[in-house]
Amino acid sequence: MNVVALLAADPLLDGELRWTPLLIVVLKVLVIFVLGLVGTMFMVWFERKVVAGMQNRIGPNKAGPFGILQTLADGTKLFFKEIMNPARSDPWVFRLAPFLAFVPAFLVWSVIPLGGDFTEGRDGTVTWFGQVTRVQLADPPVGILLVLAMSSIAVYGIMLAGWASGSKYPLLGSVRASAQMISYEAALGLSLAAVLLSAGTLSTAGIVAGQNSLSNWNLVATGFVPFFVFLVAVTAELNRPPFDLVEAEQELVGGFHTEYSGIPFALFYLAEFMNTITMSAIVVTLFLGGPQPITIGETTLSIGFIPGALEGTLWFVLKLLAFLYAFVWFRATLPRLRYDQLMDLGWKFMIPISLGWFLLLAAIRTGDANQWNPVVVVVSSLVLLGLGYLLFVAALRVSARNREREGAMF
Amino acid sequence: MPKVPGLIKGLGVTFGTLVRTAKEGANTVQYPHEKEAPPIRARGVIALREDNCTACMLCARSCPDWCIYIEGHKQLAPPRRAGGKPRQVNHLDRFDIDYALCMYCGICVEVCPFDALFWSPEYEYSEPRIADLLHDKDKLGEWMETVPEAPELEAGAEKKK
Repeated sequence: MNVVALLAADPLLDGELRWTPLLIVVLKVLVIFVLGLVGTMFMVWFERKVVAGMQNRIGPNKAGPFGILQTLADGTKLFFKEIMNPARSDPWVFRLAPFLAFVPAFLVWSVIPLGGDFTEGRDGTVTWFGQVTRVQLADPPVGILLVLAMSSIAVYGIMLAGWASGSKYPLLGSVRASAQMISYEAALGLSLAAVLLSAGTLSTAGIVAGQNSLSNWNLVATGFVPFFVFLVAVTAELNRPPFDLVEAEQELVGGFHTEYSGIPFALFYLAEFMNTITMSAIVVTLFLGGPQPITIGETTLSIGFIPGALEGTLWFVLKLLAFLYAFVWFRATLPRLRYDQLMDLGWKFMIPISLGWFLLLAAIRTGDANQWNPVVVVVSSLVLLGLGYLLFVAALRVSARNREREGAMF
Repeated sequence: MPKVPGLIKGLGVTFGTLVRTAKEGANTVQYPHEKEAPPIRARGVIALREDNCTACMLCARSCPDWCIYIEGHKQLAPPRRAGGKPRQVNHLDRFDIDYALCMYCGICVEVCPFDALFWSPEYEYSEPRIADLLHDKDKLGEWMETVPEAPELEAGAEKKK
């Protein structure tokens, strides 16, 4: 099988194998790697600064201007610390786990469109050194599935870290982590399915290309509900507050990374913050048009003095920052959920609502395609969903009554 | 299911605090660079007025940490009135407080019947060596300068004689 043909979805790799495209790919890899690390550094600083502001404190202000080099100082310290291997740990898995958490966080960056030329209705490709290419490392036809796969592999990183530590708190943390992340992956996937339904493609570049005006943004096109479900599911998936039961300090010391020190701990720490950035980037790509400028009707909000190819990146970064801020904001505000509340929210609220919404969207699309009367389609779907909801509530009642009879606590 | 209004309200509170911090600056005092003014009755350190002390040992005996060390001897003082008998008084030789042990409960200050011990808001007396935190009566006497004036008596209160 011809590897080049397999990768041909990226226009850069179309045709015969040449040196310039390969060099461009290497350059992209380097730039994304460096930007990823620097971005994570910035994210740690940003989070600490904003949380400090929300608590009327100063935050890091000693290392570099405004304390921006604080992460570098912390990292340097961690890199010189001893790497401990607890006596009852499984040495191989214990060493492997941080990389299982860290590498997927990086790999997701390869499919995220980081910019592009969308001025005057262009399709987002740019010309570098005479080659037409996209401002993203790769655009495989399975783009979004790669994201899902990587976020599932990250669960292994956390799960194995806790299991291999050979100690009780990490084990409890990792059990919580796997249950939580797998539960919320369902809601994540279902709200994602709504996006894929409206985009009609799995490729990230294709999803971005479809959102060329504000009314075409998947946020609007899928009717807001999948967006909010996705946002909550992503917060749970990232183990960020208010869903940070995995590392609930009051109960579990540090959760899965209790036994880690030095470089492996730094890797977990970096992975956590890098995942925050990647997931924000995915939200932006899926729902807010990625690097597309904001277009309302015919008018495009444009940043005039910046060349077209850079403008996409600028829009992307602006939207990304809004989400990074939102995650920090949630963290500074919301108290941690109890575990049964977390599971209730995931299974009894988010999964039914995203599933129902997905079915509704699918019914509307099928109705459109077959030119059925839209009112009839919507009303009959709603009636069906209402019946389903009643059944669901009845099932919950029955199971609650059964548990009460058995004398369970909750 | 979380209650949405409370959630939104909370987000508003944190955002408001962020804006306030950005506008007016944080409440943080950057200690070594700028000094914080402690409240006037802060329990910083215990100062000793040596003249008032009779080496009665009440403070040392009531100290939960046994961190007060007192030594004294009896000596004869000149009589109060001419032709009288010389008085026998306790003279203080040593009055040390080990601030490495002290837990700042203030029982010694409360228990002193002769008003020899006072709270001072002074707080800058940390030492690199823990043994250096044992302070003698000269040092405790120096801290008397930092003791604030006693507050005004309330109306109708009797002044202590």
